[in-house]
Amino acid sequence: MAHHEFTTPVTEGQVRALRVDDTVTLRGTLYGIRDATQIAMFDRGRKTRFDLAGHAVIHTAPNVRKVAPSPEHPAGYAPVCIGTTTSMRMERFTRPLLARCGVRIVIGKGGLGAASLTAFAELGGVYLAIIGGTAALETTWVEAIEDVDLDDLNPESLWKFRIRGFGPLRVAMDSHGGSLYDSVNAGARAKRAEALAALGIQRRSPD
Amino acid sequence: MHIDPQAIEDAAKELYLRALKELPPDVKRGFDALAARETGATAKAVLGTMIENIAVAERTDNLLCQDTGIPIYNVVIGRGVDVDGPALKAALRRGCERATREYPLRSSIVHPLTRKNEHSSCGIGVPVIHVDFSDAFEGLRIEMIPKGSGSENNSWLKMAIPAEGVDAIRTFVVDCVLDAGGKTCPPTIVGVGVGGTADLCVHLAKVAATRPLGTSCADPEGAALEAQLSAAVNLLGIGPQGLGGDATAFAVHVELAATHITMNPVAVNMQCHSARRASALFTADGVTYGF
Repeated sequence: MAHHEFTTPVTEGQVRALRVDDTVTLRGTLYGIRDATQIAMFDRGRKTRFDLAGHAVIHTAPNVRKVAPSPEHPAGYAPVCIGTTTSMRMERFTRPLLARCGVRIVIGKGGLGAASLTAFAELGGVYLAIIGGTAALETTWVEAIEDVDLDDLNPESLWKFRIRGFGPLRVAMDSHGGSLYDSVNAGARAKRAEALAALGIQRRSPD
Repeated sequence: MHIDPQAIEDAAKELYLRALKELPPDVKRGFDALAARETGATAKAVLGTMIENIAVAERTDNLLCQDTGIPIYNVVIGRGVDVDGPALKAALRRGCERATREYPLRSSIVHPLTRKNEHSSCGIGVPVIHVDFSDAFEGLRIEMIPKGSGSENNSWLKMAIPAEGVDAIRTFVVDCVLDAGGKTCPPTIVGVGVGGTADLCVHLAKVAATRPLGTSCADPEGAALEAQLSAAVNLLGIGPQGLGGDATAFAVHVELAATHITMNPVAVNMQCHSARRASALFTADGVTYGF
């Protein structure tokens, strides 16, 4: 259970060094993506001018305020509240994110599935769990909205955030086949019988 | 007592913002109770971050969660109120839209087919508005619930049959909690609707999920079922955020309605740990805000 401090972009080696239950704090750039962003990129062939290679993406759609562009708010947006959404809806986009865009780190909540875990192993990627529903805290880790692309999808635009001390985030899925969700869910299913027994439920045998 | 639509509009705006920023005291107490008995190290840390976030939101006057939810307004008209019904509904909608544009909030509402976002938090049938009547008080009460999608996306209905009995209800609830895992932002309030028609059953699940912690089902059989299920789902070890631990649910809440002799419906709807709600009470003395 080591702690890592990364400045993005990261290398494949940095990501492959991570193991489930390690913690990571990020600095530098973080890209925000969401359902509509990835539907546009991977189903409809929209291109982004951002180079995501080696970068971290977070499953988000922020609350923002439109302001005049300034050094503080280069994209003309001030952050209001930036948090994280449930990742599982975007499961099928993990592989293209890694394979086509070179993304190395996916940040989200609730975890991703088996196809993502395979993609992380094959292509060198990792899933970092943020604590969902703690957006007020998360917002304090964001310095600025540096840029935005595909903004016709607002709020599901492709956001470029400048971050400071973003974390600690927990490595919940690694590039070695480890998934905290798989182990917790397997444990929970194993306890199903115990929970049903506590409710007095016994399998009825046919007469 | 006449209630001016403008006052309702202002309250509708204020309630949306209040609900997004400050958790009700019963939910804060719920966190303290879960944290006190949690035995998992990761889970303790996760609960600690959630509790810290509540304080950060209040200190920075920010939203607890970035998900502004689907706005729901529950209106209860008490005794002695003179209110123009259609004007009331229009005022709620205007207040919801003003909160979104003036604050500004992220509008999370899109057309279900075109996916077009009007950036108003409004659309066909949204905000959801329920109107009911009560003879228990004088005045008018509006409850606002920004219902988060992470938990709402985990909703279930089973039209069980009478031969399956109450065990079908119990088993279904356990299986829904297993299926949800970490996707619902646990610890959750698990809302269970039992009985009624299919649509009433789902509605009751939502009423149960958004009921204050520490309250019980009015029906004693329902209350007993709540206690059993609350203990059982917390044996599963899913824990906060699905990362493992004891604190899977604050509680299981049950709401009941009578049903047909051939039917045994059960629905589950969940409320995430950011169990947000706010209320306004209009009386002859003016408006009082609470939870």
